[in-house]
Amino acid sequence: MEMNRRDLFRIGGKLLVLASAGATLEQIMGSEPAPEAYKMADHWWGMIVDIDKCIGCGSCVRACSNENQVPNGYFRTWVERYEVPEGYVNPIVTSPEGAINGFPLPKPTNFKAFFVPKLCNHCADSPCTQVCPVGATFVSPDGVVLVDKEYCLGCRYCVQACPYGCRYLHPETETVDKCTLCYHRITKGLTTACCENCPTQARQLVDFKNPKDPVHEFLRTHKVSVLKPQMATEAKVYYNNLDGAVR
Amino acid sequence: MMIPGVDGFMYPNEVELQWSILIVLYPYITGLVAGAFILASLERVFKVEAVRPTYRLALLTALAFLLVAPLPLQLHLGHPERSFEMYLTPHTSSAMAMFGFVYLWYLTVVLLLEIWLDYRADIVHMSKTTTGVTRLVYKVLTLGSDNVSEAARRVDDKVGYVITVIGIPSAFMLHGYVGFIFGSVKANPWWSTPLMPVVFLFSAMVSGIAAVLVLYMAAMKVKRLPIDMRCVDTIAKYLFYTFVIDFTLEMLDLIHRTYEADESFRSLDFMVHTRLWASHVLLQIGAGTVVPLLLLAATQLRRFAPGARKAIYSITSCLILVGIFAMRWNVVIGGQLFSKSFLGYTSYKMGLVTREGLLPAVALMLLPFAIFFVLIKLLPPWQHSEANAAD
Repeated sequence: MEMNRRDLFRIGGKLLVLASAGATLEQIMGSEPAPEAYKMADHWWGMIVDIDKCIGCGSCVRACSNENQVPNGYFRTWVERYEVPEGYVNPIVTSPEGAINGFPLPKPTNFKAFFVPKLCNHCADSPCTQVCPVGATFVSPDGVVLVDKEYCLGCRYCVQACPYGCRYLHPETETVDKCTLCYHRITKGLTTACCENCPTQARQLVDFKNPKDPVHEFLRTHKVSVLKPQMATEAKVYYNNLDGAVR
Repeated sequence: MMIPGVDGFMYPNEVELQWSILIVLYPYITGLVAGAFILASLERVFKVEAVRPTYRLALLTALAFLLVAPLPLQLHLGHPERSFEMYLTPHTSSAMAMFGFVYLWYLTVVLLLEIWLDYRADIVHMSKTTTGVTRLVYKVLTLGSDNVSEAARRVDDKVGYVITVIGIPSAFMLHGYVGFIFGSVKANPWWSTPLMPVVFLFSAMVSGIAAVLVLYMAAMKVKRLPIDMRCVDTIAKYLFYTFVIDFTLEMLDLIHRTYEADESFRSLDFMVHTRLWASHVLLQIGAGTVVPLLLLAATQLRRFAPGARKAIYSITSCLILVGIFAMRWNVVIGGQLFSKSFLGYTSYKMGLVTREGLLPAVALMLLPFAIFFVLIKLLPPWQHSEANAAD
C-alpha cells in the first residue's frame, strides 16, 4: 500500500490522540501500584550512633540545617569533640558553631579524643512532653517527639525540662523547635538528612518494630549506651562505644 | 572559637537564656500575694487580734499583686494569644497547666469574695452617701445586695471565716505550686529538689509579711496617723519565726547539697562562687537573710524604744524584700547559667526596652502599687485604726 504524506499525518494524528488519551487514563487510574500507606503503629523509630565511625566532618549538621531550614545559631543536631586528659575530672569539649563546618585541626596531644554527634533522643518517657502545658509537644505513635507549632505557646518549659539541650525557641515562629527525625522523610520511606549525608555511616536511622532492621543484630553484638541514663527518659538514640566522660 | 559571655562548654542551644527577668517576677509577685494573705488570716482564723489594723491592708495588697501576677507570664510567652488554651485543653501531666486554674480559684473564690464580704457593709454605706460616678461604682460593687442588717452581717462574717479557712491551703497551694514548677524539673539539679515548694512557700510568707509591714508603716506615715506598736511588734514576731523556718530550710538544702556533692556539685559550687556571688552570697544570704534575721532577733531579745523599733522594722522589711527578690533571681536566672553538661557557664544579657527587658519588668513591679493606690482610695482599709484612734 502506498502512503502519501497526507495519510502519514492522518494516521499519526490518530495515534497521537489515542496515545495521549491512554496516558491521561493511565494518570487517572494510576499506572504503578500505590505505595503502601504509612502506618504509624508499625514503626518505632530511633537511631544508632557509632562513635568510632564519626570523623567530625559536620556533614550531618549541614544536611540537617539545609533540610529543615534551621535558623542560624540554633541546632537540631550538632557534633561535640571530646578530649579526655588522663587524671582530670572534666573532659575538654568543643563544638564550634555546632560543628556545622566541622572542626579545626587539633593540636597534637596524647589525650583520648573522639567525636559525639548529638540530637534529640526521642525519649519514650520524655520529660519535655510531660511538662508542656497544652500538649503541643508529644510523642507520636511511631515514637518521634514532635512539636505542633500551631499550638505551642512559646513558654519554653520543655526547653528547661530537656536534659540534653536539644530544644530552642525558633526566632521567627516564636515556638519551640527541635529535631523531628526528618519525619517528613521517614514517613515516605526515606532516611533522615543527617544519616543520608553521613560519609561513614556513623548515624543509622533504625526502626525497632521492623524485625528485619539490622538494629536488632547490632544491639545483640555491640555494647551500647544512651546519654545520661540516670535521667530514665527511655532515650532511643543508642551510642556504640560511648565513653563515660560524655555528658 | 570563643562565644562572648560563655566560659567552658555549653550545649549550643543553651547559650541563650530562655526564662528572663519576667519569670523572676512571677514567683516574687505570687509570693507577696500568698504571704500577705496568710498574714491576713492570722487575724481572721487564728484570732491574733493585735494584727487587726493590717487585716484589710493585707487583703488589698494581696489583690493588687495578684492582679499583676499573670502579666509577666503573658508578656514572656512567644504566643500570648494562645494562653487561653491552657484552660481549654490543659495537659494534665504538666505542672504549668494548672496555673490558670489555681490562679482563678485564688482570685475569685478566695480573695475577691473575702474582700467583698468584709467590705460589703462599707460598700452599701458608700453607695448611699456618695454622689455621681462614685455612687454608681459603689452601687455596682454591692452586686445588688444592700441588706446590712445584724443577721446579714453575721452571715457575711461566717462565710468570710470559711473562705479564709479555705484560703490558707489555697495560698499554700498557690505558692507551693510555683515552687513545684521549678522543683520538679529533674534535668536541672539547681532546681530539682523536693524542698523547693516548701522553701518557696516560707520565703513567700516572709516576703508578704514584710511587704505588708512596710506598707502599713508607710501608709500611717503618709496619713500622719500613729503606728500601732502592738500591731507591728506582733507582725515582727511572726516575721521572725517564719524567717527562722525559711532560713533553716534553705540552709538544710545547702548543707544537703554540699554533703551529698553529686555530679552537679562542682559546677554549681563554682557558679555560686563566681557568677552568682553578688546576688546569692552577698544579697540573698548576707544582706537579705543574715542581717535582717539578726536585727529581728535583736528586737525579740531586747526592748528598744518605739522609734528604734520602727526603724529596725522598716530596714528589715526592705532588706527582706530585696533578699527574697535576689532568691527568686538566683533560682530562675542561676538555674540557667550553667550547662547541663556541667562543663560551662553562660551569661544573662538583659535587654533594657525589649519585651522581656528591664523597663517592662520595672513597670510590672510598679503596677501593683498603682492598683494598690486605687484600691485604698476605693476601699479605705484604715477605718478600724481611725476608729480606734478616735476612741
